[in-house]
Amino acid sequence: MSAPLVDIRNVSHRFGQLPVLKNVSLAIGPGSYTILLGPSGSGKTTLLSILGGFVTPSEGKVFIRGADCTAVPPAKRPTTTVFQDYALFPHMSVGGNVGFGLRMQGVDGATRAAKARDALALVGLAAAFDKKPHQLSGGQRQRVALARALVIEPAVLLLDEPLGALDLKLRRQMQDELKAIQKRVGTAFIHVTHDQEEAMALADHCVVMNDGRIEDDGPPERVYARPATRFSATFMGESTILAGTVAEARNGIVTASTPVGPISLPGALTAGSPVALAIRPEHIVLGEAKGDIALGMARVDDVVFQGSFKRVLATSTLDTALQLIAKAPASATVQAGDTIPVSCDAQDIILLAD
Amino acid sequence: MAFAGNNSRALPWALVTPALAWTLLFFVLPFIAMGLSSLTAHEGGGFTLANYSQFFTDPSYWRAMVNSLEVTAIVTVISILLAYPFAWILAEQVPERWQRLALMLAVLPFWTSYVVRSYSWLLVLAQNGVVNRTLTGIGLIGEPLQLANTRFATVTGFVHFFVMLLTLTIFANLKQLSPSYRKAAADLGAGPVRTFLHVVLPLTLSGIMVGAFLTFVLCIGDYITPQILGGNNELVMPQLVMMQIGRRGDFPLASALSIILMAVVTIAYLACARWLKIERA
Amino acid sequence: MRAAVRLAAWVYAVAVYGFIFLPVVVLVLFSLQATSFPIPPFTGPSLRWYQAVLSDARLTSALVNSLLVAVLSSLASVTLGFLSAWGFARFVLPGSAILRGLITLPLTVSYLIIGMGLLVLFNWAGVPKSLLAAGIGHVVINLPLCFAIIYSQMGDHQINIERAARDLGAAEWKVLLMITVPVMAPAIFAGFFLSMTFSWDEFVISFLLTRFETTLPVEIWNLLRSGLNPKTNAVGSLVFAVSIVLVVFFELTLLRRKPA
Repeated sequence: MSAPLVDIRNVSHRFGQLPVLKNVSLAIGPGSYTILLGPSGSGKTTLLSILGGFVTPSEGKVFIRGADCTAVPPAKRPTTTVFQDYALFPHMSVGGNVGFGLRMQGVDGATRAAKARDALALVGLAAAFDKKPHQLSGGQRQRVALARALVIEPAVLLLDEPLGALDLKLRRQMQDELKAIQKRVGTAFIHVTHDQEEAMALADHCVVMNDGRIEDDGPPERVYARPATRFSATFMGESTILAGTVAEARNGIVTASTPVGPISLPGALTAGSPVALAIRPEHIVLGEAKGDIALGMARVDDVVFQGSFKRVLATSTLDTALQLIAKAPASATVQAGDTIPVSCDAQDIILLAD
Repeated sequence: MAFAGNNSRALPWALVTPALAWTLLFFVLPFIAMGLSSLTAHEGGGFTLANYSQFFTDPSYWRAMVNSLEVTAIVTVISILLAYPFAWILAEQVPERWQRLALMLAVLPFWTSYVVRSYSWLLVLAQNGVVNRTLTGIGLIGEPLQLANTRFATVTGFVHFFVMLLTLTIFANLKQLSPSYRKAAADLGAGPVRTFLHVVLPLTLSGIMVGAFLTFVLCIGDYITPQILGGNNELVMPQLVMMQIGRRGDFPLASALSIILMAVVTIAYLACARWLKIERA
Repeated sequence: MRAAVRLAAWVYAVAVYGFIFLPVVVLVLFSLQATSFPIPPFTGPSLRWYQAVLSDARLTSALVNSLLVAVLSSLASVTLGFLSAWGFARFVLPGSAILRGLITLPLTVSYLIIGMGLLVLFNWAGVPKSLLAAGIGHVVINLPLCFAIIYSQMGDHQINIERAARDLGAAEWKVLLMITVPVMAPAIFAGFFLSMTFSWDEFVISFLLTRFETTLPVEIWNLLRSGLNPKTNAVGSLVFAVSIVLVVFFELTLLRRKPA
């Protein structure tokens, strides 16, 4: 990665006695689309507020384009924010809203109007210039908020759950547009969400947060395929988790004892340490054992038809506390109540220190 | 929406009729009675427009209306100018946890008896009251000032009441404003002054207009404050109305003056109706 | 710069608080005056004027009258307001918007004019001046208030709760007593409390519509004829104390529940 555009160093933050961020460090490259993904209370919105300058962290520093911005007010830093409720000024026209930042910079009326029109054209709302915010739909307001933030050409655009107020269909459509707009303007976007599908669809840099910490950080493909932690494996997509302990570790091979028997995998853990083995639903093989590692027999609890596939929930007969989640082809004949063998390939098992 | 069952038609009317009947009997009917009364002569019955023409021809009656409008306008403007910064301080400068208490304190005298509140100002402003005694005591003035029984006293009493009322409404308005508007303005480069001028003030303007109208209506129809504090040196409309009843038992003229007063309020309402509409995104 | 703004804000706030509390402090202070004039210098403290108030039969009976009129007229206002709000919120009635407008219309008319109208009507119909007449006037001003408060709180949520009760077999009157009234209790209580305060403090209508037996504000008004008088201070301070108790009670009970 080239020199980071945004460099967050050892940031911690407390609201009163409550710690919300615990020693977070993160580097974000220029032109990237970064998603901060996590459940509510994970600290992702606080981190975004710290980047935007609305919150000064209790400890740590934030550098943007190499300059220390930790205590710089929002207006003075090269970031702008798209708020969750859009915060469009209801008494101004759409054009007035988009031109507001330029007006504050002292840009003359004509230039302002021209730039505002360009920004509105960029988000596909060229015709809305003279309308009032309340005359627009939710999706349109979202675009105006985007245009208003982009028109002053920030180095980093911050988006706080920007699609949270939209219905599912519009949300998917806006995702594609956000991505396209980001590619066109080349500005770094940092976008907060709790929707993992949104994260996978948009991010080229995905940051999974939980309980004030960064759990995982990298390209979404890597985060999905090889999650760094158990939380990451279950929050970004689903996983079956086999909990166990390391029985033996020798020559880079770890043998874990699990409810379904010992499983050996390449890894570097010490004997006796607790371990979690995560398997993605699409890697669990149902029926006559075709995978190279047998996971015992399981009783099918429920089969949910999802269109292009069936989601199968099952309980291991070896340990009723072990819940398995598998993805079967839509044509599969498996039914609730069946007891079937389960297996997978060793290469698809993700070894996680627990 | 309607419910099945044989009482489905009778029940809703049974619910709303008492309130409607009360309003018709004790609000609409009195109003009609007042209208009819205003068109009859004080001495023995017949139809006449004399009560209205008396108002339009007698300059002392005119004067009362002008006084009413002047006092009301002065009170409304001063009250808003005093209350807005005060409400702003309560909403923005006072720490969140103290705000409820600060507001409750600020409007506590609002809940005292209206008559007693005006009387209290008389204590302050009287010839030998607190203000005059203090000023003469420190030698700032030689002779006590004539403060009570003046327009100044009426305005002071009114402003005291309406500052509290407007502080309540403007405070509520400021608190309703989503904090993200302010954040957005700051994020886009507006300093505190420009955030206030371009965002906060315009967004609270409709609330101010509603408060101003409320002040106007309550102020122009009030008899107590001008009677206690202004005295009889300079009459306003409600005093004129009460005077017709009290001294001369002239109900027709009192009715006519009441209707004229109400007409003025209605005109004011129609004039600023478009300002009173609250527009929200 | 920021410190200067804070200082200016503090000075301003203290000045406005001073303005707001000045008359109240003077009122209460000189109610404790030992001599016969509530003017400086302060010669108290003494409770003699409070004794004078409590042993004044006119004032105490006016106080009882005021309470009686306030309680009864507020009960009537809240009952009529609640029933009509329920009717308009739950059923489609022809001309509903106009009828609702009619009920709230008195809110826009000053008390003086409402009192004048009733005076003219009662005079014409031969109804004598009385506490009952004043109470009727108080219902006229408070009914629209109760209606507006309760009607605005009757949302779709409550409609569905009532539907559920009917669905489970409750008769209409049981729905009313067991579901609607308890669910609407905060709005009903708010309406009642506001009506109480407005009726308790109302002067012009009572002044116009009562004669021998009257309410406390009118009796205080009569006291004012004797000019500045510590007895008036004492009765005013008592009224103020009652109002504060009511407001604090209201604040602690009703508003406390709001965040839940």
